[in-house]
Amino acid sequence: MTRQWLILRSQQVPFSMRLDRRVPFFLLGLLVIAVVIFIVSVGYGEYPVAPIDVIKTLLRFDTGNADHAFIIYVLRLPRAIVAFLVGTGLAVSGAILQGLSRNPLAAPEIVGVNAGASLVAVAMIVVLPSLPLVLLPMAAFAGALIAALLIYVLAWNQGATPIRLILVGIGVSAIAGAFTSLMITFGNIYDVSQALVWLTGSVYGRTWEHIQALIPWLLVFLPLTVLLARDLNTLALGDEVARGLGSRVEWQRGLLLITSVALAGSSVATAGTIGFVGLMAPHLSRQLVGASHEGLIPVTAVTGGVMVLLSDFVGRSLFAPIELPCGVITAAIGAPYFLYLLYRNQTA
Amino acid sequence: MTLFLHQAKTTFRRSHALRLSGLVIGLCLLLICLVLSITLGAADLSLPTIWQALVAFDGSTDHLIITTVRLPRSLIAMTVGGALAVAGAITQGLTRNPLAAPDIIGINTGAALAVVAVTFWWGSASTNTYVWAAFLGGTIAAVVVYWLGSVGRGGLTPLKLILAGAALSYLLSSITTGILILSQRTLDEIRFWLAGSVAGRDIDTLLMVLPYILLGLAIALGLSRQITALTLGEEVAKGLGIRTVWVEALATVVVILLAGSSVALAGPIGFIGLIIPHVSRFFVGVDYRWLLPYAAIGGAILLLLADVGARIVVRPQELPVGIMTALIGAPFFIYLARRKVKG
Repeated sequence: MTRQWLILRSQQVPFSMRLDRRVPFFLLGLLVIAVVIFIVSVGYGEYPVAPIDVIKTLLRFDTGNADHAFIIYVLRLPRAIVAFLVGTGLAVSGAILQGLSRNPLAAPEIVGVNAGASLVAVAMIVVLPSLPLVLLPMAAFAGALIAALLIYVLAWNQGATPIRLILVGIGVSAIAGAFTSLMITFGNIYDVSQALVWLTGSVYGRTWEHIQALIPWLLVFLPLTVLLARDLNTLALGDEVARGLGSRVEWQRGLLLITSVALAGSSVATAGTIGFVGLMAPHLSRQLVGASHEGLIPVTAVTGGVMVLLSDFVGRSLFAPIELPCGVITAAIGAPYFLYLLYRNQTA
Repeated sequence: MTLFLHQAKTTFRRSHALRLSGLVIGLCLLLICLVLSITLGAADLSLPTIWQALVAFDGSTDHLIITTVRLPRSLIAMTVGGALAVAGAITQGLTRNPLAAPDIIGINTGAALAVVAVTFWWGSASTNTYVWAAFLGGTIAAVVVYWLGSVGRGGLTPLKLILAGAALSYLLSSITTGILILSQRTLDEIRFWLAGSVAGRDIDTLLMVLPYILLGLAIALGLSRQITALTLGEEVAKGLGIRTVWVEALATVVVILLAGSSVALAGPIGFIGLIIPHVSRFFVGVDYRWLLPYAAIGGAILLLLADVGARIVVRPQELPVGIMTALIGAPFFIYLARRKVKG
């Protein structure tokens, strides 16, 4: 079967894009699924709101019902939006890492980037609780960047092989984890119980303030990823080929790494370490639309968003009224999936 | 200089007398560490007081501290450290993988999850229940990791084993956290234990677990010749007339007995089982008849020292000892990954 492609080209600016024909179709389908889950999820809870009332409230037809408006706008809507956005960031970060390392098992949590972000973020919550929330993504980004650099440098032994990167990532995660436990042991008990839920990855109690802190990061780095998607395609062919095609390999790789770390770091800062989304979403999307990154990146973004949104809904409803953090749900699905990938992709 | 060191090392490895004296020196060091561990703490106690408490107990505060707090704690640290190091040495031999250890391939996490689950369902259970839960959890995790590491192309490769262990650990610790979030009560009971700690256990707990550990150590020593042969490869071992299946099964039982008991006693303490076998191998080479005793003593010393460190670095508070061992062990793991993993 030959692929069918859509070519988007602009006359004014030097920009063109080649998409798989299936991309718009799947993108639309996923967005519809996202909207449905979104409405059901926002309506679900201790005080249930019927889907039709949710829609009415969101579209401002139902301004008379103050209860609905309060529950939806203040309590549930920000949470659902955060879930979707965080999933988007983690998924795209994973897609970049997998493309760059040419390793289908790379993901922010496996490579240890999440652990660095967690450490700095927990430190900020427990040690400096008075700092404003807007700084949290910045701090987590710094932590993720330091961890990523450290892993890269430590894994360097006449080149950094994917295997050594993963093993060194496990080691660096353990160190960061030890320091995180340290703060949990000595922190104020209230901050610590917050941090425990946060560490598993949860969107519980997220507000518009969190969204405000997260949005700028996504607004800068998601479009950047789409622009860099073509470079990612050439880099995925290997350094030699990419150089032959005229790519400035080191520069592009650096930019893409920073983008990946920024997306993972800001997501972790907002919702904690929601594991395996950055691993699963790119894989599922590749099954849908193939490996060309121009189409893969947007589809991955929406897939990741749907995943976290759905995990949060499942986590809330499974043992209601008690809530499981969505990170537990994604780990329960993601770890077996990781192992499945491990065996399917083993060549040695 | 390097050549000299190498020669000294080889001589040491070949000479029984030297290795035996090394063992005696190790035991002396262990005794010193034990005394140090009983002496240092929130209340510093003198040597004569310790002696008095043991031979002429008079019920004073100092004596009570020694017999009910310090001594049990130090003995537990010693036992757990030794058990974990031997379990690690056997795991590395069995899997022929220098990065393997009970904690890295998920046995500790499995045992910990089982203990947390028992606490969640039945409240505080007896130590015996914890021990059996830890054995069961450790066994299931070991079987799953071993199976996952073996299926697929290429059979059991070191990398697959480590990755399977890492992913399974992530999954199991997520479930553990899930349970802890569902139940505030379980969290209260188990929080400190879960970071790995030898504080606050009494001597009865140790005595309950000790038979399992001694059984494990005894089987381990009995198997030491066969395990040495296994490290040369399955084919070679078979050629030497060793029934590899039996040896592997028994050795796995030993690892689970030792790691399970340790987790039941002190929570999931990491990296002792990784470091100590390497250090011991540096001294005595690959012969498990010597390696295992060295590992047992080295593990006991390391955990005693780590526990002393955990008590004094942030006085008057104290750290869970598991954090100390992770801070020493993880850099060592990275060092090994750099040195021993090619490709």
